[in-house]
Amino acid sequence: MNHQVVTYLAEGVDWIRFDVDALLGQFWNNTIEGLSQGSIYALVALGYTLVYGVLRLINFAHSEVFVFGVFAAYFTFYGLGFRPGPTVTLGIGELILFLLLALIAAMAVSGATAVVLERVAYRPLRRRNAPSLVFLITAIGASFVMQQVLFIWRGGNAEQAIRLLRPEPVFTVFNTAVTNIQIITVLAALVLLVVADTFINRTRLGRGIRAVAQDPDTATLMGVNKERVIMITFLVGGLLAGAAALFYLMKIPQGASYQGGFLLGIKAFTAAVLGGIGNLRGALLGGLLLGVVENYGQSLFGGDWRDIVAFVLLIVILMFRPTGILGESLGKARV
Amino acid sequence: MLAAATSLVLGACAARTDTASGGDTAGTGNASAPDKPADAADPRGDGTAKCSGAAIAYAGTINGANAALGLNILYGVQLAVNQHNEANKDCQVELKQFDTEGTPDRATGVVPQVVNDSAILGVVGLPFSGESKATGDVFNQAGLVTITPSATNPELTTHGWKTFFRALGNDAVQGPAAAKFLTDNLKATKVCVIKDDSEYGTGLANAVVQALGDKASCQESVKTKQTDFAAVVGKVQSENPDAIFYAGYYQEAAPFAQQLFDKGVQAKFVAPDGVKDEEFVKGAGDAAPNSFFTCPCVPADAFTDFTNGYKQLANREPGTYSPEGYDAATILLKGIDKGITDRAGMLDFVRNYDGQGLTKRFKWDANGELTQTPVWSYKVDGGKIVKNVEIG
Amino acid sequence: MSTQETTTGGPSRLQQWRDRWNGMSRFQQWAFLVPLVLLIYALPVLNPPILSTEPGYTFSIAMFEVARYALVAIGLNVVVGQAGLLDLGYIGFFAIGAYVAALFTSPDSELAKLPYLVVLPLAVLVTMVFGVLLGSPTLRLRGDYLAIVTLGFGEIVRLLADLSPLRGNAGFQGVGQPPGTRADGQDVFNTSDGTPWYWLTVTLIIVVLMLVGNLERSRVGRAWVAIREDEDAAEIMGVPTFRFKLWAFAIGAAIGGLSGALYAGQIGFVNNQRFDVVTSVLFLAAVVLGGSGNKVGVLLGATVIAYVPLRFQSLYEYRYLIFGLALIILMIFRPQGLLGARQRLLAYGREAYRRLIGRPEQVSSDSALAAEPVKGAGS
Repeated sequence: MNHQVVTYLAEGVDWIRFDVDALLGQFWNNTIEGLSQGSIYALVALGYTLVYGVLRLINFAHSEVFVFGVFAAYFTFYGLGFRPGPTVTLGIGELILFLLLALIAAMAVSGATAVVLERVAYRPLRRRNAPSLVFLITAIGASFVMQQVLFIWRGGNAEQAIRLLRPEPVFTVFNTAVTNIQIITVLAALVLLVVADTFINRTRLGRGIRAVAQDPDTATLMGVNKERVIMITFLVGGLLAGAAALFYLMKIPQGASYQGGFLLGIKAFTAAVLGGIGNLRGALLGGLLLGVVENYGQSLFGGDWRDIVAFVLLIVILMFRPTGILGESLGKARV
Repeated sequence: MLAAATSLVLGACAARTDTASGGDTAGTGNASAPDKPADAADPRGDGTAKCSGAAIAYAGTINGANAALGLNILYGVQLAVNQHNEANKDCQVELKQFDTEGTPDRATGVVPQVVNDSAILGVVGLPFSGESKATGDVFNQAGLVTITPSATNPELTTHGWKTFFRALGNDAVQGPAAAKFLTDNLKATKVCVIKDDSEYGTGLANAVVQALGDKASCQESVKTKQTDFAAVVGKVQSENPDAIFYAGYYQEAAPFAQQLFDKGVQAKFVAPDGVKDEEFVKGAGDAAPNSFFTCPCVPADAFTDFTNGYKQLANREPGTYSPEGYDAATILLKGIDKGITDRAGMLDFVRNYDGQGLTKRFKWDANGELTQTPVWSYKVDGGKIVKNVEIG
Repeated sequence: MSTQETTTGGPSRLQQWRDRWNGMSRFQQWAFLVPLVLLIYALPVLNPPILSTEPGYTFSIAMFEVARYALVAIGLNVVVGQAGLLDLGYIGFFAIGAYVAALFTSPDSELAKLPYLVVLPLAVLVTMVFGVLLGSPTLRLRGDYLAIVTLGFGEIVRLLADLSPLRGNAGFQGVGQPPGTRADGQDVFNTSDGTPWYWLTVTLIIVVLMLVGNLERSRVGRAWVAIREDEDAAEIMGVPTFRFKLWAFAIGAAIGGLSGALYAGQIGFVNNQRFDVVTSVLFLAAVVLGGSGNKVGVLLGATVIAYVPLRFQSLYEYRYLIFGLALIILMIFRPQGLLGARQRLLAYGREAYRRLIGRPEQVSSDSALAAEPVKGAGS
């Protein structure tokens, strides 16, 4: 702390600072942490981006799709006999098995939730050709309902943490330890994103999704089953959110709370817009960027500025690149 | 033991200099918790009270964001009323509940209803400082006595409200006591003080920082509902403090403590009453054993009658502020048993009240602050929060 | 498109009623309106048992809250309903209005103290300036990008209120009120009685409705509709779209600020707790629920959004669930909102129609918004 250089704007101003030392000193720690948090943003952001690309809908309830996955993973642990308390020691084989089970459960629940959501809330509106604002309000209503279902079921408190895996340093770069959980999160996110990207760009179904995104009417005329494409889009978004849910719970074991998706959802959507909504690679870029930048911001300006930095970044980028960093894709930009 | 009879107009300095407490010698050893004082007020009384149509109210969060804290209090109040009504067949007091959701704007709509209900002679609440601030005037104008079991902002007693009473020590008491615990008992010379964005957290953090002086070597802030503390943890790690004081609630404290632990930060984790909850111990997992708490509340271990009754009623262990809620309700019930039938009488009764409760001796000064406010430290042992030493 | 059948098939009685209303002369309309307005004024005093939110929540304050939401809905309707700009950060303007009121009247603030009645127009002015400040860089964005940027703005306002100059959670206490004392020595405007606040707000609503109504029937209103329906076409036809969008934004912001300042005055206390995205979304829900673009509709929507949770407080833990379900169901069965939009585009339209075609004005009964296919979303 002797070397700490804190520059205040003016005498008596204690609400903003420029702690360059903290920024530089914590740079790699913040970067690595930010990348792992950003991977989770990116996975959730993909769900927003896909649905937006196909339906032009901000699926506000996607954050609850994610939260359902978090709960699914939590109760998988619980069902396997684990209880809140200190981390248990497991053999590597067992550990992988249990985590895989939780991953499958979370993806299944989130995927199913997303599909049901689409069926119950959005499809009737499409039948009626409702304006997009109406979709948005329905999404908000659905988000309320899903939150409240969890609240009535589990109450307002977060579930007590269950941990199967403690973060242990695996190797060190730039004097900063990289933990097993960080490595798992980033690698798994990358793999899933590559799979999703391949699915969208290389498969028949993916072509259908792109076709509907580009021009729904023409796609339908060309024999693409629009309803099916929409369902699959929601399913893929839900599956990815479910995967994100498990990584999130590994990182934040206290994260199973009915409100737990709200802020993360907004951040993930911000990430999607940052990268260019409808653009899969943009979602990854936006997620990682957001994760890293909000850590830098917090070090530099102080904790109160963490989220402000995230939103200012969003506004500034949209000022200069109104369709995000990589621009709209999936179909093509429709302006 | 309870030498900290500080004058509590703004007792920050007094509390620091005045505490010739016996706990000093104890290090982190076990001090004996006060047994349930033999003369502690019992809501049952002698079972001969007569009254009719009397009611007391709980006003505070029931379903709002921090509902857990509100429910702790509500069940404490409910227990006192139940015990009273079972013992006194001729005096059935009704408990009316009002949900403020813990926010000032709901509270301003709800409180006039409390005031307008003439059956209500006294109120336990409001739990939070913000809502207390917004509605104190309304209670004052109506002459309806309120005993808050948990609002600790020192400013609340400076508005000249004649009806406002506080059933625990305020931040100006706990802050210096916590600082003393950090420096004397834990022998910390470098302390990182972290606060959340709640009024409680910021107020308490300021009091602690002030009392620590230059031993508060770093300060950071976090947000309510934040779950990822990487940047703050990194900052703390680079400071390498002996101890960390976290001013806030357990929802954020649990993941924060755990993330510190995961990064290998060895510093002792000290947190106030807002964190002292079983939920924290469960939530913080591996980090819990390294944690200490400060609280202007007396250990409830020995209150077996209370604890058993509470468990039966609420189906869980008493939480933070449950005994305070119980004590506050008991005082109001005593008043009703005395035959008080109007608010002026109740106000007078509470103002002149002097009696032992479960948690402490209840006697208020002219501003509505307690004249005695014990502060205790607690630690985690075997997955449970147990008493440590008295610190002020 | 299938919209025709959903809109004309369903509410035909509504349609008849509406035609009859439009057929009336101004005088006849006023004959209906005056008693209605009087009834609305009298509501908190009458405190009808069926409508009352007591004993859970003071009825007069509940009514004030309804009125406050109504004012917000009118303001947001200018932005969303008229000009078609999707604003998810409207709460930001509301918050700015509340903070302006707090900063200039609360003893907790170091700024000079002004009387509340001076602060009210000041709040309007300041939020208007903020509307222009936010609008001028962002209004080049369209559709959902604008939505997310405004959402970010709303969050930034809330987060900035955490910083110590704005006192965060500790908040500002003793926010000012209009002057006046009752016979018993109490202030006329106080925190425990919502009635005077309600009357003040309803009066302001009527004034604002008249101003906004006149704007809509003017060149400005026609420009807004043109932008909403097709921005590119409007631009090509020579409508300075950016300028009119900015106008809509600033006017909307000003009304939001006014509502915020009223809120601050009635509660007497402002902190950063109620200015979150959820509240912002509720504002938007009020507009869409009632019928985006229809002033009567948004008043109705605001009433539902503000009143229902207060009336059914006894259903405590289920109330947000019911609320969410109601939103979904309503949107499925009446996507254009409770009352669809309608548009009077001509000043002196009534006169003109009568002269030209010899019968009353036929108001387009459903919003073009409602008829718009899904993908249109202004992008």
